[in-house]
Amino acid sequence: MNGALAAISEWMLPLVVGLILTLGAVRRVPIYQTFVQGARGGFSTSVRLIPHLVAMMVAVSVFRASGAMDGLVHLLDPVLVWLHVPAEVAPMGILRPITGQGSLAFMIDIFQKHGPDSHLGLLASTMQASSDTTLYILTVYFGSVGIYRFRYALAVGLLSDLVSVLASVFAVWLVSGMIQV
Amino acid sequence: MIDLIWLALFLSGVGTAMVTGRMPMVSNAILKGAENGVELCIGLIGAISLWMGLMHIAERAGAVAWLARALQPIARRLFPSVPPDHPAMGAILANMSANLLGIGNAATPLGLKAMEELQKLNPHPDRASDAMCTLLAVNTASITLIPTTVIALRMQYHSAHPAAVVVTTLVASLIGTCAAIALDRMFRALSRRRQTL
Repeated sequence: MNGALAAISEWMLPLVVGLILTLGAVRRVPIYQTFVQGARGGFSTSVRLIPHLVAMMVAVSVFRASGAMDGLVHLLDPVLVWLHVPAEVAPMGILRPITGQGSLAFMIDIFQKHGPDSHLGLLASTMQASSDTTLYILTVYFGSVGIYRFRYALAVGLLSDLVSVLASVFAVWLVSGMIQV
Repeated sequence: MIDLIWLALFLSGVGTAMVTGRMPMVSNAILKGAENGVELCIGLIGAISLWMGLMHIAERAGAVAWLARALQPIARRLFPSVPPDHPAMGAILANMSANLLGIGNAATPLGLKAMEELQKLNPHPDRASDAMCTLLAVNTASITLIPTTVIALRMQYHSAHPAAVVVTTLVASLIGTCAAIALDRMFRALSRRRQTL
């Protein structure tokens, strides 16, 4: 079961690409030409994102390098611990929506200290996998089409991130409870 | 609002550095951050080109329309302002499928394609439409069936059960996505009320 799922995650990309190409060929689509036509826009889309990501990455890296990120973690940690998030992984809940690289590094640190199969390791994995970097998503998605008025999107993103953190704790508790029974 | 987030991140960083004495690191981080931003975009070119190309084939082969038809009951309820046969709907569903299956960095390129199509339906080009906010909510919560990156890292760190995250992630991201959709609805209703007052 476990091996099969791990294998699926390795097979997924080649299978999906193969499926799309085969389907195209069966339906008599000139697949090579169609691919090239579609991919042509990829460069301009990426280049359009550069100013937006430069702006946001500068601010985020200043925020991290100055120690302000650590300060925020210190400030918000007690809240997450109060909400029954284990103290060892609580910082990850705060890192996750702001910096994907930061929370990934934190997860690897947990793997090294406690092992990926420990309760904390599984929790960190779940927190990393069940949510995305809200700040990055907002910057990139809105940036790509030139939207500057986000309305309530940030509030919704951050609040649902909090729910995801608590849901991760719940999910790991549920699954490890079932294994013990 | 974006002005405020940007300024707050930057100034709180510089303010902290005054106290912690990490000004040299911050000075470094400004340029490093700019470089990282460009590197991230350059790194995206491959994935974006690949998925835009594959998406074009899938569209021409009728696979996107099929997906849109299969998931129409959910999609129509989630995105009532998007006509069911509009290209935006196909791109939205492709983005959601990519999130679900964890297909190699496909979610962002397909999400950007969806944004491009949604922008064509947007009456105010600098302001997020309702459908865009919903798409963002669904993506930040990112419902996931197979978290490929995390599974790969767990293997790398010699996990005996690398795929043990599948069940927990599905439960957590399902709850998170439901919460995101509910919050999105709530905030949308609030913003409507504010507009009519």
